[in-house]
Amino acid sequence: MSDTRTTPGLTRDEMAQRVALDIPDGSYVNLGIGIPERITKYVPEGRELIYHTENGLLGMGPTPEPGMGEPELINAGKRQVSAIPGAAYFHHADSFAMIRGGHIDLCVLGALQVSERGDLANWSTGGVDAIPAVGGAMDLVAGVKSIYVITQHCTKNGEPKLVESCSYPLTGPAVVDRIYTDLAVIDITAQGFQLVELSPGVSFAFAQERTGATLIPIPQDPTTVKGE
Amino acid sequence: MINKQVPGAAQAVADVFDGATVMVGGFGEAGSPIELIHALIDQGATDLTVVNNNTGSGEVGLAALIKAGRVSKIICSYPRTTNSTVFPKLYRSGATALELVPQGTLAERIRAGGAGIPAFYTPTSVGTTLEEGKERRTFNGRDYVLEYGLSADFALIKGRVADRYGNVIYNKTARNFSPVMAMAAATTIVQAESLVPAGELDPETIVTPGIFVNRVVMVADPAHESALVAEGVSYP
Repeated sequence: MSDTRTTPGLTRDEMAQRVALDIPDGSYVNLGIGIPERITKYVPEGRELIYHTENGLLGMGPTPEPGMGEPELINAGKRQVSAIPGAAYFHHADSFAMIRGGHIDLCVLGALQVSERGDLANWSTGGVDAIPAVGGAMDLVAGVKSIYVITQHCTKNGEPKLVESCSYPLTGPAVVDRIYTDLAVIDITAQGFQLVELSPGVSFAFAQERTGATLIPIPQDPTTVKGE
Repeated sequence: MINKQVPGAAQAVADVFDGATVMVGGFGEAGSPIELIHALIDQGATDLTVVNNNTGSGEVGLAALIKAGRVSKIICSYPRTTNSTVFPKLYRSGATALELVPQGTLAERIRAGGAGIPAFYTPTSVGTTLEEGKERRTFNGRDYVLEYGLSADFALIKGRVADRYGNVIYNKTARNFSPVMAMAAATTIVQAESLVPAGELDPETIVTPGIFVNRVVMVADPAHESALVAEGVSYP
């Protein structure tokens, strides 16, 4: 997939890099399929993160060199991965005890829609003919301590993905903590979408126009808003 | 003397009956007991309820069982995978029913089923369409959904090494649902790449203790689903 810059805002890799900056050293992290997986490439020097994949591996390492992978060492997206020295394997009930039991620090997921109260829709478009498939998404949002969403600000057709209320079936209500898009970083607060940061070259008006709900501007003194 | 070893996959699955609930280990191809599934296709049992995370891929293993029309219902979390072509057709035609369960709820329902726990509350799916029709209860100010334990008549499991007592260790992420499925089935059947004399497995490293296993069959060089799919194999 090529990242071509046609409008202001970050490429997918820059978005992944931006998220990586915010993940504290020593975190246990579960990354969703797709753009979230790119985050591993951008962990700043000196930080150690442990990646959890829900099919039973803590300490997931990089994609193996071609021909070096094993069919029974895969991630949740069923792609071949590696295990770092110090990794651990476990069964599914233990894996989801880690998730539901609040032992995983952070999960970064993609989204179809996020509402201003933090509702996430990312598993189904609700189409009549679609085969429903949920995987572990509902468990992750119910149990992981922090849920970050990484997504394009708008759909390919230019529809806002950040909305007042999700029209797609929910993965979980009021579960998202923070959203990273190509245009901005946004926190979910009791007041709604709190803008934290605009991407280089993006104005407030540009981001607001592409958001389906009110964006709360960045306060003059950023220290006054932290923690709602 | 206890010896759970049986000579071949055909004997191992000989008593699977029509209408049985069969748990099948594996997450995608990792841990999929292809040889046991193929033996089950040959055996002919039908109207099965299958519990697996997925619905197989290509036309081998679990997908072949579904394609053969033996599965009337599948309980899974993710019936959509690359190369999963068989299930969508049968689902849309109404031939195979689907019970969609979030992955962690599926694992815990199986664990509970094997552990003598009839039901439990979980936060997963609260406020979603998958909560519909289920009992909700509040504990310490948070809402939870009632889910029921899940047990089965048979479990088909792939291990790496086993012994005559039925002790099993697994290979990497091929472990996934197998240990809990082994607990939850009345009859658990394991195919293992090697069988070792009792005492050779370090008791500290045994993942599935033999009490959960009824039959062990050696399949020295098990097929990998992705390789069969790449070769265009269609079973039988």
